Formats: sequence, structure tokens, C-alpha cells
Amino acid sequence: MKAESSYCVLPGPEGLLPPAAATQGILPPEDGEALLEGRIVSEDEAMDAAARALLTRKNPTLFPGPLMLWGWTEHTREKSVPFFEIAAEVPGVRIIPMPDYRPIYPKIDPEAVINPCHPNLTIWHNKIEACILIGVHCHFANITLKMIRAGTNCYTIALCAEAGHEDAMMSVPNCNAEKIAKFAEALRRVKRQGVRPLYAGQGIIPSGWSQIAALKGHGNGVRPEEVRAGAGHTASFSHDLEQGLDENEE
Amino acid sequence: MSDAVIEEEVKTNPQGDVITSAPVLETKSKKGAEAQHVVDPETLFFHAPREKTFITGSEAAKEAIRRSNVDIAISYPITPQSETMQQVGYLYAEGYVKDYYRGEEEYGVMSAIAGASRSGVRCLTATAGPGLMRGLEVIASWPGGRLPCVLLVMCRVVNAPLAIQPDNVELSYLLNTGCIVLHAENQQDFFDFPMVAFMVGEKPEVTLPVAVAVDGFFVTHARGWVHLPSADIKLPPRNCYHEAVPMMDNENPPIRIARDAPIQKSNFISYQMHASWQQEIWAAVERSRKWLIRWLGGLIEVVNPGAKIMLVASGAAVSQSREAVRQAQEQGLDVGLIKVKSLRPFPGRELVAALDHAEHIIVPEFNYVGWLAKEVKSVISRTERVMDGPRVFGGMSMPTELIMEKIMSSNGRLPNTHSA
Repeated sequence: MKAESSYCVLPGPEGLLPPAAATQGILPPEDGEALLEGRIVSEDEAMDAAARALLTRKNPTLFPGPLMLWGWTEHTREKSVPFFEIAAEVPGVRIIPMPDYRPIYPKIDPEAVINPCHPNLTIWHNKIEACILIGVHCHFANITLKMIRAGTNCYTIALCAEAGHEDAMMSVPNCNAEKIAKFAEALRRVKRQGVRPLYAGQGIIPSGWSQIAALKGHGNGVRPEEVRAGAGHTASFSHDLEQGLDENEE
Repeated sequence: MSDAVIEEEVKTNPQGDVITSAPVLETKSKKGAEAQHVVDPETLFFHAPREKTFITGSEAAKEAIRRSNVDIAISYPITPQSETMQQVGYLYAEGYVKDYYRGEEEYGVMSAIAGASRSGVRCLTATAGPGLMRGLEVIASWPGGRLPCVLLVMCRVVNAPLAIQPDNVELSYLLNTGCIVLHAENQQDFFDFPMVAFMVGEKPEVTLPVAVAVDGFFVTHARGWVHLPSADIKLPPRNCYHEAVPMMDNENPPIRIARDAPIQKSNFISYQMHASWQQEIWAAVERSRKWLIRWLGGLIEVVNPGAKIMLVASGAAVSQSREAVRQAQEQGLDVGLIKVKSLRPFPGRELVAALDHAEHIIVPEFNYVGWLAKEVKSVISRTERVMDGPRVFGGMSMPTELIMEKIMSSNGRLPNTHSA
């Protein structure tokens, strides 16, 4: 079904309570297509536009969710390789995980995590103007994307393993390892076409307790394999995040 | 319980009438679901050869469940739903449903279904009238929990004084819960719609409960022709690792992921998160359109498009309207009919297009409040075209003469008659 709506899904802040794009007539694309600002276009066109945004907007950040952080399936493991390929292609990129869907309030560490209940805190704190959500369950990705659009100027990219996300500025459905690698290639392509990354020459910016611990002694520009070795341990999320958290505190 | 015992047992309804079971369909073995093989939904819905049978609505639902790869069925008996779930009990005995039990009452049943759905299995329940009202608090929480399941609703009176007869006012309460709501016209629909409901509700971008409503007695207890595919085939199982939320899997490490976050803090961010969550439920309802259109053949069916007088109906009122259209055409009147198959998502755009030319719109309903007429008026322009009724309720049937009176009065042959 082709999108017939005149509604555009653009970086915000859009206001107090933007509508869900699906209720404005924007619906998920078919396999082989993508959504770009509410329009159905080819995957290549969408990926090129998103690659430009990621390379040229301030503080680009990758938000891996639980489907990327834990080895639920072999499929999940496969996708971690091209995920770090993307990270390696974006100078100055941060990797801030969304390890859990419970509200972490009021003591979220916005440098360590993003949470679907208040994603804008992490976006605001780190002044993130372009991001990728990957491996986040669709329900939580959608509510997060709407809240980001409501209160921030962040350009959102959703690489979705299922049907895609209307509430992102760019979304590709059925994202397997091959399609994630294709996005890494789009990043390389637009750079070859002359797009100069805003943070040219920089590597991955350490962010969050577990990553910083893993990167000790490595400095900036760490290789993806080394990041994975430190951040892939389940306990590093579950124990660190609970420190300082009082769920009953107002 | 063996098959032989089931066939010899004589069942009666509360009135003492003998209840006969559906024709026993031949399978390759007596091992129920193990003898079936999985086919893709398109094959089961459209391509598999079908055999014509004459069965009740309850038996039609039973045959749908037989082919739906259902893991668990939980319910509490209430007329006119009881017979259907009794039939599903036979499926449990025959090995087509893995688990089956009677809950303590509807609140407990709907809560148990919520737990079962969270665990990732395919769930079925059914209720009627006051049972739906009793379970409604929990049912209204299903969509927010993103809990795919199928709820069969056999509509009956809910108002005092107590009555068990046909009336579908209960659907007006169900429409605003965030559930997908389909309304079956006849026995064939009550076979086809539940299977579509399972497949649509479990799509990752949807992940919602689906209610399949039917008008009690008129369909559940009456026989009609139903085209059935072979009992040797069934739908694919639920794929709970490809849904909008994580299922509760105690065998996998991230069990600490809470999928239903408690939003109880008194601050703007909590309000905003809950608001976004609610928006997402209705967005998911919108995403179901694509699949419903594909598998139901559209959200509406139009008979005699272009007629100046159009009837709009859902459920059993469609059958009465079909007959009224036939009678009107015999008298040379230009009358058409729109059957509304899906109430949520509501086919707003489809109705606007199909009713654009209509001069008079008649909405026959089996309830006092006229919820379908209100829904139609909410989406079309020139709402003065919508005539009031005819409506029957409290167990009354709807003689086609009532619809014909409206048609005749709208055509200028009679003064507009009074009805509720």
C-alpha cells in the first residue's frame, strides 16, 4: 500500500503531542522499499539521505536495543557485525544502549543509556541530532520515536527487523545483516560522493560506564571488535544500571 | 475422552434441545493436530479446496479453531457462547487444542488469557453480553499490553431486566478499547474471520487482540452453508519472537526486560510516555488494515454500488438487509447495501467513497443506541442523509418489512415511519 498522506515526518521539535504517523495515513513500506520522512521511496534513496544526515548532523549516535544486545537468536548475532561496520563509518559516533524498557526514573544516566519512557533526556543531554535505533522491539521503538519527534530536533533512523517504523524520519523494514551492511555501504558511498563528515578524523566516542570501562587504555578511535568484547557482557548492563535507581522515589 | 464417546454423547442446550456436533471430518489419523500440516495463510484462506457443509455458527467456529493451531483456550460459560466453547472442548479432547479450561468468571478468564498471551502462545477465549461487560476492564488492558489473542463475542442483551436474547449493544463498549473488532454476518464469516484474526493480530506491526463478534442465536445456533477446507491443514504457529514486544521467556537471559512499564509517576514525562503508548495502540490498529483488506477481501462489501438508497449494516443485520435489497429490487427500487466487516479499524475512507453518490442511507441495527449509525455519521459528509434506524433490540428479530418501510419512506412512497 502506498502512502497517500500529506503529513511529513520531520525532525522536531514538533510540539506537545505529535500524532502517530500511522494515524495520518503513513503506513509501513513493503520489502525492498523504505520510508523517508513519511514517503515511500527506494531503499537506496532512503539510505543515502539518512547517511548524509548521520554524517553531517551533530553528535550522531547509535542506540542498540535488547534485540541487538543479547543473543536471542543467531539472527541477532549476525547483525552485530554490520552494526559495528556502521559505527566505524561514522566519525565521532556514540553508542548508547537501550538495554531495558523499564522506566529508569529519576536517576537515569543519560550518558550511559537511553530509555523508551523518557528518550528525550538522553537526546537533550548529549545534544544528539541524528541517531539510529536498531534492535529495539517495535512497540518501544515507536513510542520512543514519537517522543523524540515531539521534543527534540533529532533526525531518527530506524533499522527494523520487522515491518519498519512510520514515526522515524527514515526506516527500512526487514533489516537483516545484509541490509544493515548495505547501510554501511551507503555511508561509504555518500562520502565518496563528497559528503564531508562533521567529525572527520574522529573515531567512536566512548559513552556510558560499561563502554568507558571497556575502553580503558585504548583511547579514542577504538576498533569495533574491542568495543564488542567489553560491552557484550549481560551483567555489565544489569548491575551497573541499578546503582542509584530508586523506583519509589518521586 | 475417546472419539467414540464424543460421538455417542447426546448434548442438550438449556431448553432441552439436542445439540448435534459438527460433521466428523476425516483425518489421516486420530492424533488431532499432529495429523495436520502447516500451510501458509493464503493457502488456507483462498487456495485449499473446500467442501460445502450445513452447520451451526458454533460448529463453524469450532472448525476454524481446529485449523488455527491454537495452544490454549480459556473461557467461562455464558449463553449463547457456551455451546461454542463446548465445541472447542471437543477439540481439546481430540488433540487439536493443547490446553483448555474453565476460568472462575470472566475477569479471571481475561486475566488468564493475558498471562497466556504474554508467554507467547496462541490464545482463544469467548464470551457474551454480561460476560463481556464483566471482563471489559481486563480486555481494555490487552491492547496496551500488546497481547495478541482472539476473543469471540456472541452478542446478547446486557441491560436489565435479565435476558439472554440477541442484541449487540455490547459492541459499542468494545469499540474504544483498542482491540481490532470484526463483525461476522453468518456462519461462513464465523469460520473465516477467526482464522484471519489470529494471523492479523500476531503480525509484528500489529500485535493486538482481535475480537470477532457475531450476533448470538441468529448465527451461533442456526445452521448455514459453510465451505470448509480440509481438516488436515492448519495455520502456522504463533511466532512470538517476532512481535512488537518481547514475550516472557524465563529460559532466556533478559527476563528482566519489563514490557509493561508501570507509568505511575506524577510528572509530565510519565504522562507523555503514556500518551505515546496509547497513540501506538491506535497506530497498530491502522497497520492492521493492510492485512484485513488482503485476507477479508476488503473492509466492506458493496452490493449494487451506485444505488441512490444505500443500506449500511454489520453482523446479522446484513443478512436481513440482503433480503430487503432483493425485495426492493423486485419492486423496481434502486437499493444497494454495504456490509461492514471490520468495525476497528473502521472503513472510513471506503464508506466515504461508496456513499458519496447516495441520497439516502439506512442503517439497520440490532441495538437501541445505533452505534453503527453514529460511526457512519462520524466519517461521511451530509450526515442528514442517514435515516434513523430501523433498530430492534432486547431479543427482537428484524423482519425485512421494517427495512422495506424505511426504503419506501426514503423513496417518497411513505411518510417516514417511527422507530427507535
